[in-house]
Amino acid sequence: MHIIDRRLNPGGKSLENRQRFLRRAKSLVQGAVKKTSQERDIRDVLEGGEVTIPLDGMHEPRFRREGGTRDMVLPGNKKFVEGDYLPRSGQGSAKDSGPGEGDSEDAFRFVLSRDEFVDLFLDDLELPDLAKRKIAETESEGIQRAGYTTSGSPANISVSRTVQLALARRIALRRPRKSEMDELEAEIDACTDEDRRAELLARLAKLKAKAKRIPFIDPLDIRYRRFETVPKPVAQAVMFCLMDVSGSMSEHMKDLAKRFYMLLYVFLKRRYKHVEIVFIRHTDRAEEVDEQTFFYGPASGGTLVSSALQAMHEIVRERFNPADWNIYAAQASDGDNSYSDGELAGMLLTEKILPVCQFFAYLEVGESGGSAFDLSDSSLWTLYDRLRNTGAPLSMRKVSERSEIFPVFHDLFQRRETQEKAAP
Amino acid sequence: MTERLFEGADWDFHTLQRVHDACEELATKDLGLDVYPNQIEVITAEQMLDAYSSVGMPLFYKHWSFGKHFAFHEASYRKGLMGLAYEIVINSSPCISYLMEENTATMQTLVIAHAAFGHNHFFKNNYLFKQWTDADGILDYLDFAKNYVASCEERHGRIEVERTLDAAHALMSHGIDRYPGKKKLDLRAEEKRAGRRRQHEEEVFNDLWRTVPKGAAKSRSALSIERRRKLLGLPQENLLYFLEKSAPRLAPWQRELLRIVRHIAQYFYPQSQTKVMNEGTATYVHYRIMSKLHQQGRISDGNFLEFLQSHTNVVFQPEFDDPRFSGFNPYALGFAVMQDIERIVSKPEDEDREWFPDIAGKGDVMGVLRDVWANYRDESFIGQFLSPRLMRHFRMFHLHDDPEERAGIRVDAIHDERGFRRVRRELARQHDVGFIDANIEVVDVDLSGDRRLILHHHVIKGSQLNETDAKRVLQHLADLWTYDVSLIEVDANDKVVREYVVSPRPLPAAA
Repeated sequence: MHIIDRRLNPGGKSLENRQRFLRRAKSLVQGAVKKTSQERDIRDVLEGGEVTIPLDGMHEPRFRREGGTRDMVLPGNKKFVEGDYLPRSGQGSAKDSGPGEGDSEDAFRFVLSRDEFVDLFLDDLELPDLAKRKIAETESEGIQRAGYTTSGSPANISVSRTVQLALARRIALRRPRKSEMDELEAEIDACTDEDRRAELLARLAKLKAKAKRIPFIDPLDIRYRRFETVPKPVAQAVMFCLMDVSGSMSEHMKDLAKRFYMLLYVFLKRRYKHVEIVFIRHTDRAEEVDEQTFFYGPASGGTLVSSALQAMHEIVRERFNPADWNIYAAQASDGDNSYSDGELAGMLLTEKILPVCQFFAYLEVGESGGSAFDLSDSSLWTLYDRLRNTGAPLSMRKVSERSEIFPVFHDLFQRRETQEKAAP
Repeated sequence: MTERLFEGADWDFHTLQRVHDACEELATKDLGLDVYPNQIEVITAEQMLDAYSSVGMPLFYKHWSFGKHFAFHEASYRKGLMGLAYEIVINSSPCISYLMEENTATMQTLVIAHAAFGHNHFFKNNYLFKQWTDADGILDYLDFAKNYVASCEERHGRIEVERTLDAAHALMSHGIDRYPGKKKLDLRAEEKRAGRRRQHEEEVFNDLWRTVPKGAAKSRSALSIERRRKLLGLPQENLLYFLEKSAPRLAPWQRELLRIVRHIAQYFYPQSQTKVMNEGTATYVHYRIMSKLHQQGRISDGNFLEFLQSHTNVVFQPEFDDPRFSGFNPYALGFAVMQDIERIVSKPEDEDREWFPDIAGKGDVMGVLRDVWANYRDESFIGQFLSPRLMRHFRMFHLHDDPEERAGIRVDAIHDERGFRRVRRELARQHDVGFIDANIEVVDVDLSGDRRLILHHHVIKGSQLNETDAKRVLQHLADLWTYDVSLIEVDANDKVVREYVVSPRPLPAAA
């Protein structure tokens, strides 16, 4: 009999099969991923997780018989005698549990890893105008010390580490020190007694032999400095979330906006090594806040969009040099703005904001139930529409239902064939 | 008192060795079992899931459906819907049993007794396995299959190979020779032959031959229908075999893939016919060995109780109105019948003498059981050995469900004098693969016309094929045949019930 321990065998033997399966089920899984991500908190989206896909799409057909008269032998008869009739449905019916063993795999859940999930989630999305800045997506490699190694080029020998090791080895193996031998030699020179002298000479010979056997520096001791190349991300992005929090923005609208921001965040996170988010909320004046306050803080007042734009502009000037940062902005609003503010907002956008932005998305959120198409154009919409027509990298959509968020997002960031401007 | 094999729940490899030796002694001396050499492999839960997904085989070719099964099993395992099997055992020589590392020492003992001796003996001695499987060659053959599929993928592309395998899998349950006409499967020779065939094809390949005119075709009408059918070996119920030999436009490697799938299907054919017996045997053997070990004081009372707990779970048979019910549990049924045989052989009652004159009171329990294990399959086993006492014990009854019958489902027979034989016959029939699987065969090929392949499905008791599935399978079949395929469902009076006609999908622009 043999006993074999297979536990150390590389696991994941089925990884390849799993990948084949995913490849094959890609469209199904993608659909499921999108559906799942609508249902859950978007922050969790990054965690990957469980999706349900219909097995039907991956069905492996076999010839199966069904229908006709059926005979079955069952255990557990308590009261029936020959000739009894059982009702077909309802209690006491054994019909559903016949021995036919119908496969009930109509859908199944399985767990996607974080990467698989996000990959599928963002599969056909792309940031518009990535090429605008050269540094986008470029990575430079840096070199970093990474300990010592036993092989390498002579230029990299680490003398101190080598000597350290040699010393340790010499001590461990008791290599005679030079001073020891010097002393001995001095003693021999000074010695007059013949016997004593012979003994000392023998000792010296022994020490010398030992010193020869145990070299001062052995190839074994040599250590080289090891260097590792590390990618140094230069691609970094900052995302500005601008939100109107004036009284007209309902919780539902904020929720829509939040979902949009989260998607944008996940997306940017995927693309860049380093993503910053700046939350700016505004009424008739704007302030930079943290996430909690941004989404949940109560605030009310009039509406001046230009205040938020002004704030963004200042923050960019202070902290995010457009030469180093890819700047994205997403603005969510119900579209109300003071009439008098339009001119200023338009000016800020065209002159200050848009020139430094990779992409500016404007999301007009509406009350649930209201069809986006029924609304007459709001003042902001009209303003942005005009800007867009002059060719600004600006995208705008109206959203009123939660379920529309993903499609709209998808729409905005769809991979584009040509260098068409982001706006449709 | 003999020394304990282990204490508590922990085990190491020495424990396994001791356990194996103790079990082996009991199995060979007390029970007189005859087994292949054993190989015990300890694996992790994940590896167990792996093995599950590739039909329990240690090495298998790559295919997406195994990934699907893995994902499916994994998800239900994670959610706690499904426990993992304690063991997987492979019908090969040496007989490989997988043990999960999570098992306790008691469970490992149980598994060794169950798989390494119970299943092992059954594999080696049952006539179906002897007839159909080649325990020595299977692992090498699977290795060959895996490499062959991989090399096909390299040469012809993953998609192409996948398409052929998908089709072959769909027909897998109809890729079996049900009657042993030819010689036993010799997988090792098979593998060599495949190699030679390939080599020969490569050596004699000369592209020039392609351009040689073929000469006038023989007049087809000259061949009588009978002769034609005979030449093609019709009727043929092994669809994969038929395609492999006769499909006009398959590439040689595609035929080889069909052959691989067919061999594997054939290898598993005995298992599907002997579920009740195989599990019953293993359960009976582990029960005997564990009880004996306990009697000898080699496992403690506590460990024995732990064993009894798992054992009772395994042989639990829910009743038909229990939500957990899903048909007869092969472990429960097989074990019960074997214990019953033991009783009949050693302490028969009058009823048993009347029903089982051959074995009642014969005294040699193991002799009788070994004979049963060697010479029966589920259907004949139940038909022969299910006793009235057991039918009463399980309170079996026979239902007849005729959709035409308004009143409902009729109770046709119950566990009484009048019903015993009918219940038993019916239960045996339900374990007859020849009866469970749809009876489909190739009956003709219209060679003089459009080369349409004609299949018949013999409808039994009005049970027709599931339409969606049938269409999909036929699509695969047509793709392999590359001409139209029609399937005709005929009832017992040769009346046509339904007819499917499927055309092959156009091949994507072939390279």
